[in-house]
Amino acid sequence: MKERLIGFLLFLSALVSLASLAVITFFIFEAGLPLIFKVGLGTFLESSAWSPSGKNPQFGIASMILGSVWVTLGAIVVGVPLGLAVAIFSAELAPPRLAAIIRPVIQLLAGIPSVIYGFIGLTILAPLVRTTLGGPGLSVLTAALILGIMILPSIVSISEDALRAVPRAYREGALAVGATPWQTIWRVLVPAARSGIVASIILGMGRALGETMAVIMMLGNALQVPRSPLDSATTLTSNIGLELAYASGAHREALFATGVVLFVLIMVLNMLANVLTGRVVLWRTRLPVSRSIFARLRGRQPAGDRSGS
Amino acid sequence: MNRHQSQRAAYGCLWAAASITIVILAIIIMYVLLQGLPYLSLNFLFGRPEAQGREGGIMPAILGTLALGALSLIIAVPLGVGAAVFLTEYTRPSALTTMMRFGTDSLAGVPSIIFGLFGFIFFVTRLNLSWSLLAGSLTLALMVLPTLIRTAEEAIRAVPVSYREVSYGLGASRWQMVRTVVLPNALPGIVTGIILSFGRAVGETAAVIFTAGTALNIPTSVFSPTRTMAVHFYILAVEGISLPMAYATGAVLIVTILIINVAANLFISRGIARTVRR
Amino acid sequence: MSDIKIQIDHFSYTYGDEPPVLRNITLNVRRNSILTIFGPARGGKTTLLRSLNRLTDIDEPGKRQGRILLDGQDIYAPSVDVPSLRRRIGMVFALPVALPMSIFDNIAYGPRLQGVRSPSRLSDLVQFALEAAALWDEVRDRLDSSALALSGGQQQRLSIARVLALEPEVILLDEPTAALDPISTAKIEEALITLKSEYTIVIAPHNVQQAGRVADDAAFFLMGECVEAGPASQLFTVPRDRRTEDYITGRFG
Repeated sequence: MKERLIGFLLFLSALVSLASLAVITFFIFEAGLPLIFKVGLGTFLESSAWSPSGKNPQFGIASMILGSVWVTLGAIVVGVPLGLAVAIFSAELAPPRLAAIIRPVIQLLAGIPSVIYGFIGLTILAPLVRTTLGGPGLSVLTAALILGIMILPSIVSISEDALRAVPRAYREGALAVGATPWQTIWRVLVPAARSGIVASIILGMGRALGETMAVIMMLGNALQVPRSPLDSATTLTSNIGLELAYASGAHREALFATGVVLFVLIMVLNMLANVLTGRVVLWRTRLPVSRSIFARLRGRQPAGDRSGS
Repeated sequence: MNRHQSQRAAYGCLWAAASITIVILAIIIMYVLLQGLPYLSLNFLFGRPEAQGREGGIMPAILGTLALGALSLIIAVPLGVGAAVFLTEYTRPSALTTMMRFGTDSLAGVPSIIFGLFGFIFFVTRLNLSWSLLAGSLTLALMVLPTLIRTAEEAIRAVPVSYREVSYGLGASRWQMVRTVVLPNALPGIVTGIILSFGRAVGETAAVIFTAGTALNIPTSVFSPTRTMAVHFYILAVEGISLPMAYATGAVLIVTILIINVAANLFISRGIARTVRR
Repeated sequence: MSDIKIQIDHFSYTYGDEPPVLRNITLNVRRNSILTIFGPARGGKTTLLRSLNRLTDIDEPGKRQGRILLDGQDIYAPSVDVPSLRRRIGMVFALPVALPMSIFDNIAYGPRLQGVRSPSRLSDLVQFALEAAALWDEVRDRLDSSALALSGGQQQRLSIARVLALEPEVILLDEPTAALDPISTAKIEEALITLKSEYTIVIAPHNVQQAGRVADDAAFFLMGECVEAGPASQLFTVPRDRRTEDYITGRFG
């Protein structure tokens, strides 16, 4: 009897995340969809006129979508090469001592609050951009550079796992036919780990797209379509973050409608990544404790360990 | 460029990337610490803020952060560990567990501003909790749930199968087996997950600001609104209230995060030390 | 009281689509005797032992046919409480497993699960079990230290003691000396022979020699079938089946 009850309670706990996902989806859509229907999906997405209060309110989020796209792509341009390089470095050539430093470094980068990143962008990078390159400083470029660092942990940890999972025979085979170590990495290992690497990039995009507070602090929040990386802009998230506190009525509905668009985009990205890698990956974007740590907990080496190769 | 030169160049880039990453982290931490430490004092840590935080201390924000983190974990840890136990010990892979995992994975990918929107419309407005410790904690609990479930699952799976066999073989019921063998041995991993989740609660802003509010007072009940350190820091910096105070708050925030990460790693190496003796 | 403790009646076991692991086994286990189930690897010995105390329940689910009776009661009847069944039929595994707790707690683990709380009763049980498993003299001074520090042979006797503390009726041993040195093996075999006056023992031995040394009855298993069963003295000297003879004389396996 007691056993049954405990089993049932555990079952309920396991159901909570699925249920909350459903409830979250329902309430965001319930609060946001009416406005999208009223304004029309086309107008909502394609118009860049946003004047949510006043007599003739206008709800068009095109400039925010473009702001999000710019910032996200910028973050990818910065974060992917750096992240992939770090992943390759720690999976393939870091001496054990250095690898032991890199792992906590990545973990810490993931742990630093986004407001701190935003603050760094605001107080160090933005003035630097303003004085050296011109423009307002608080700009797409500034945000992209910092977001590129913020998404590093996702990219590094997932790509590194993918690289480590490549069977050792691949490495040995390539080296045996006379490839240099770098050729082995670039022509054999990276292609073999491709789906994991792509997934890490997609999840990095998701993080950049969803980031809010740091973006508010760095982007200048001008309601305009950015024409250059030095322009200030607004994103889907930063607009919600800035206006939710005081919005009411149709304005608030419009912010939830913006949330619907964001939610759909993120879910598409998540599912893409999910399909690419099997399911082990998503939760780790927020928890870059490398799987190898758990392998060590089990008292054995992680798969694809380099020892001896 | 021949292949040996390209080998050299490529490895040079990899070393550079790794060094840059380490340097960036060092810059972030050092900058916030060096700018903030001069303004730190006991008065700042234990005092009440004055003039919206322009002067005085951040005691309410520290307490608010601790209360919010603790309450969200009190809500989320039983659910997370319970879910992990269910998925590992009480069921075999099926359509249902696939759905449950999908839910967890997707929840992990939901950005915090969406949690903020949801917490605002559901907990704050619909359930009429208004901006409160409880609304913020419930929102945060959902946010950290995937992390808790997954770390607990990993830790539970790392418990040797032979322990389970011995326990069942000695006549343990399923729950007795879980309670006496699985949970004690998975504890270091579970605690690591809890510490890291606390870290996320401490650093979170977007989901907290719209659910727990921004009130700068010491919370007296779970229904009081509160302001966390991260939110306080954000408001000081963005609204230009006081840069020195922002630096000082940032320093406290960073030190907290450092302590949390070191603690999490300590627990993991403890766990390893324990298993190695086996 | 019948002389038969366990009656295995036309028992078969199959995992998924694979060929049966056990085919139509019919075998009796006499009360207070040692039955040895021997044969080459993958013969179904482990599955049979695990079926006897329903540890197969926690494996990948398989398909079962036939019956196993303990004192005339079907152990797979729906009314059977599996944990109490496993307390009546204890199991010792091939690899020694010390739970990561003190020696005392390892032995007291089973009784505590049953709700035994009294410290004096627990320490009596612990001493009794350790003495019966021939481990008492080696650990009496360090009952509170970690069981993980024991040697492999000691850990295996600890595993036996852990089962004895349940005061079971039947003890199953699956290659209990597979991971041990000859001296530890001898100690365990000695302990087993003393134990049979009180318990019914089924053992899948590590090798034929061990089977010959400890057994009253023997059953030869090959590819999931029970080829031949009977008194050990007869089966090891004048086997009826050619395959048994080949195996005993070392022609295969």
